[in-house]
Amino acid sequence: MTTKTIASSGTLSEIATIAFAAVFGLGLIFAAGFSHAGGMHDVAHDSRHATGFPCH
Amino acid sequence: MTWPMIRATPPAFPATDRTIMLKQIGASALFAGLAAGVFAALLQLWFVVPLLMEAELYESGARAHFTDGHIGSDAGAPPLGDAMGRHLGTLAINIVGWIGFGFVLAAGFALAARRGVEVDARRGLLWGLGGFVALSLAPAFGLPPELPGTFAAEIGERQTWWAFCVIATALGLALMAFGRGPAWLAGGVALIAAPHLIGAPHLDRYFGSAAPELAAMFSARALGVSAAAWAFLGLAAGWIWSREA
Repeated sequence: MTTKTIASSGTLSEIATIAFAAVFGLGLIFAAGFSHAGGMHDVAHDSRHATGFPCH
Repeated sequence: MTWPMIRATPPAFPATDRTIMLKQIGASALFAGLAAGVFAALLQLWFVVPLLMEAELYESGARAHFTDGHIGSDAGAPPLGDAMGRHLGTLAINIVGWIGFGFVLAAGFALAARRGVEVDARRGLLWGLGGFVALSLAPAFGLPPELPGTFAAEIGERQTWWAFCVIATALGLALMAFGRGPAWLAGGVALIAAPHLIGAPHLDRYFGSAAPELAAMFSARALGVSAAAWAFLGLAAGWIWSREA
C-alpha cells in the first residue's frame, strides 16, 4: 500500500519533470518564432523566414 | 535527503532517478540545441539569408522583375558582410529556438524511456527527422517558407494553422510510431492529413514582387537547411542522452 502510493507519486513527479521540460522548450520556441515583444520581430526576422515560421 | 531515511523499503522511483532524468533532459537539450542552433545559423547565412536579402531588393523597389514591356532582372545578392549586427541576431534567435526544440525533443526521449525505449544517437536521428517533418515539412506543405515581399493571409490565421498543423503532425507521427495496431496507424494518418484537408489560409490573388526562381530556391533551401539541422539536433541529443543515462 505504502509502496504503491510512493510509486505513483514518483511517477507523477517524473511526468511533472517531463512536462516542465516540454513547456520550457515550447516557451523558447514561442519567443524565437512568434513573439512580437520589444524588438523581437526585427531580431528574429531572418531566422523566422529561413525556418518557415509565419513572420508578418 | 529526509524522506528516503524514514522509509523501510527503497521507493520505486527514487529522487535521484528524477534528478538524473532532469540532468539528462537538460544536458541533451542545452548542448545539442546550442550546437544545432549554431549549425542552423551558419547554414542559413550561407544558403538562405543571401536569397532573403536579394528578395528585399524587390520588396524595396530597388530591383524590379516585371516593368513596362520588360520581363527579367539581374541576379545577385548584396554582400552578407554589410549587415553583421543583423546576422548576430539570426545566430542568437537560432540558438534560443533550437534549444527550445531540444527541450521538447528530450522530453519526448524521457517519455519513450518510461515506455522502455532507450534513445541513442541512431534513434535520436529518427526523432530529429520526425521533428523536421512535424515542424518544417508538414507546415510548409500548406504555408511554404515565405520570401520577404510575399503577400499572405492574416498573420494570426497563418500562425494558428501553422500551430495546428505542427501539433496534429507530431501527434500523428507519435501514434504511428508508438501505437499498437492498424487503428492507431489510421488515426496517425488522419491526424497528419487533417490540416491539409482543411487547408491553410491563403489570399485569392497573387502579389509577389520577386522573381519566381528566387522564391522557389528560398523555399527549397529553407526546408533543406531545416532538415540538416533537425538531423543534427536528433543525432546530438540522442548521443548525449545515451551517454548521460
